Amino acid sequence: MTTSEKSEQASRTLCLEGELTIYRATELKQTLLAAAEASAAVEIDLSGVTELDSAGVQLLLLAKLTANAGQRELRLVSHSPAVLDVIELLNLAPHFGDPLVMPTPAA
Amino acid sequence: MNLDQALQTFIVESRELLESMESALLGIQQAQDRCEAVNAIFRAAHTIKGSAGLFGLDHVVAFTHVLESVLDGVRDGQVEISDPLITLLLSCGDHIGTLIDAIEAGKLEADTAATAAGEPLIAQLRAYLSAPATHGIQPVVASIAAPAATAGPGSAETDNWHISLRFGPDVLKNGMDPLSFIRYLKKLGEIKGIETLPDAIPAAALMDPESCYLGFEIAFASNADKAAIENVFEFVRDDCKVRILPPKSRVAEYMHLIGDLPEEDARLGEMLVRCGSLSAHELDAALNTQSNTTPTPRIGDVLVEQGSVQPTVVEAAAAKQKQVKDLKASIRVDADKLDRLINLIGELIIAGASTDLIARRARMPELQEATSTLSALVEEVRDSALQLRMVKIGATFSRFQRVVHDVARELGKDIGLLVSGEDTELDKTVVEKIGDPLMHLVRNAMDHGIEPADVRVARGKPAAGTLKLNAYHDSGSIVIEVSDDGGGLKRDRILAKALERGLIEHGKHLSDDEIFGLIFEPGFSTAEQVTNLSGRGVGMDVVKRNITALRGSVSIASKEGMGTTVTVRLPLTLAIIDGFLVGLDKSTFVVPLDMIEECVEFSPEPGHDYVNLRGQVLPLIDLRAAFAIECAVPRRRSIVVVRSAGHKAGLVVDALLGEFQTVIKPLGKMFSHLKCISGSTILGSGEVALILDVPSLMQQATHGIASIARMAEHLPLAA
Repeated sequence: MTTSEKSEQASRTLCLEGELTIYRATELKQTLLAAAEASAAVEIDLSGVTELDSAGVQLLLLAKLTANAGQRELRLVSHSPAVLDVIELLNLAPHFGDPLVMPTPAA
Repeated sequence: MNLDQALQTFIVESRELLESMESALLGIQQAQDRCEAVNAIFRAAHTIKGSAGLFGLDHVVAFTHVLESVLDGVRDGQVEISDPLITLLLSCGDHIGTLIDAIEAGKLEADTAATAAGEPLIAQLRAYLSAPATHGIQPVVASIAAPAATAGPGSAETDNWHISLRFGPDVLKNGMDPLSFIRYLKKLGEIKGIETLPDAIPAAALMDPESCYLGFEIAFASNADKAAIENVFEFVRDDCKVRILPPKSRVAEYMHLIGDLPEEDARLGEMLVRCGSLSAHELDAALNTQSNTTPTPRIGDVLVEQGSVQPTVVEAAAAKQKQVKDLKASIRVDADKLDRLINLIGELIIAGASTDLIARRARMPELQEATSTLSALVEEVRDSALQLRMVKIGATFSRFQRVVHDVARELGKDIGLLVSGEDTELDKTVVEKIGDPLMHLVRNAMDHGIEPADVRVARGKPAAGTLKLNAYHDSGSIVIEVSDDGGGLKRDRILAKALERGLIEHGKHLSDDEIFGLIFEPGFSTAEQVTNLSGRGVGMDVVKRNITALRGSVSIASKEGMGTTVTVRLPLTLAIIDGFLVGLDKSTFVVPLDMIEECVEFSPEPGHDYVNLRGQVLPLIDLRAAFAIECAVPRRRSIVVVRSAGHKAGLVVDALLGEFQTVIKPLGKMFSHLKCISGSTILGSGEVALILDVPSLMQQATHGIASIARMAEHLPLAA
């Protein structure tokens, strides 16, 4: 997997690719937190994510909570099917509040 | 751990909780921080309820629940703590105690007698509940009081199961993914609604990316039974807190669930609504009800309570209770095992003494050095083993809070109990045996000692009487004092009664101590009226007999109109003591070392049974005379100065043989009538030595001592 960052104006984008799982949890935590704390607004591009497990979900939640606590913006964009599946399964949409390409039915 | 053991733990812990509940209840009127006491009472009831639930003891749960609801009201300040309420709560504690006893006897189900006994209490408790509460309260109470009932008023409308999951931190590390359990759950039915709880995720710096912090609330539609749903979580059972509510559970049970979970109540309530397990209307109604009784318990409280209710498996419950114990870093040991240890150490000491003797005879310095190191170690082992059996007397004293409370009520007197010296330690076997005599003394003091309020006021004393229990260590014994500020003993009446009964002769001059001591004679009671508590003339002599059987003594001091103090002296331990060997002709006797003040040389003054010890009169007891040992008197003799109960006396002996660790072996029944001997011990040589009972020796010689003391008052000796 690879992560790449590009900066456009004040907003930065972090691209996560590959597996967001327990196996990479430590590394992901650093990457995500760095992104969440780096700028006033950050987008996380999830289009390349092939697998998401509970550890990955937690880290995304942590990043969101951290950004919220610092009154910064953190958006998840371009959810991959694997991500959408989990977000729907756990009804996570309200936690992130991002527009989803494939709308999940409200509980 | 099997279920039986866990149940045993439950029984023991429940009794302890009931005890602490009782003492908190009794202390609440005086308590500085009433809130703290109320919380303690509430926690006790709550923990018992929670643990009972885990064992499926529904009748205990049903009863404690009502109790808990009332306590909740008290905690809020909605129900006033009053005397009748305290009495009621005490009876409730007793009732739970009865239920626990029945469980210990193997009756795990409610029996009719117990239920019948509990019903009036529940009715009275309800009276407190309904008074301040609004209409909403009834279904909540009723529903949990009868948890077996199925759908009816108060049930949630939903057809869904409700599953509440809190995954433990190690789930991910153990290679399991909460997601997969939820995916698997979907195979059993349809997830109607799910809420993910990120609340447990700590701040970024503290968060371990490999620990699991997630919790879920799930509304689940399925035809599967509870066991099947539980089985989904079989593999994470140890790592995950799973709570499952069946469809159409009572709203109260949802509320209970909410109360049990760590998150804030209102937020969880909303989650239940959002995932569809509760309708908004149901939640509002229930929360309103709750806020009447418990306005959103503070999160801290919920967390505290959580400690006892959360575990899903029986083992977890027991383990949890252990944890609480572990905080105090103590373990339970069978008393039998301890007794065996003490016995073995006794044998060790005897064996050590004989080794010591042989080493000395062999005249091998190395061997002697080794044995002396050994005996020093044995002595330490002995002390720490005896220390194991030492318990604080506080627990015994606190039982009397209840006794005083109840008896005072029965007598219609206002009596408070002041306890001091609770930390004084004494041997467990002594503690067990001292309860009954103390009970007699306390009841006696309350019944006969403390006057009715009107008499007290007339005498210019405060209307409320005071009873004091005090304990302290004094020269190798523990002293327990029971004192009251009542009318005191009437010297003249005791004297008259004693003459009437022929206990003493006319014209004999007696000291106050001796006269007061008469009330310990069998069949002696000066109470004008016999109450059901005391006054029948049995009691004080039984007290004395029990205490004497423990190698103790009892004395009484009193001032008419001011009060009475009964002083009980008991040896610290019944097993092993430090002794001092004295020789009389060819026999050896042991004097308990802690009674010895000093040893001085004896210079006979013919015709005197006392000596001048640094300006004080020291009465002498010649052991030769006392034990009728007749043989040639050696040229040099010694005096062992002993002290007991504030009096000193000198024992005249032939030889001083030094210190000796003494293992007390009781004398056989044949010798039980022997006075002045409290037991025997085995010396290193294998010979038997008798242990002197110094207090009774002194009592035997008391008359002599008393007359000497009186003489001393008139004949000041040259300083």
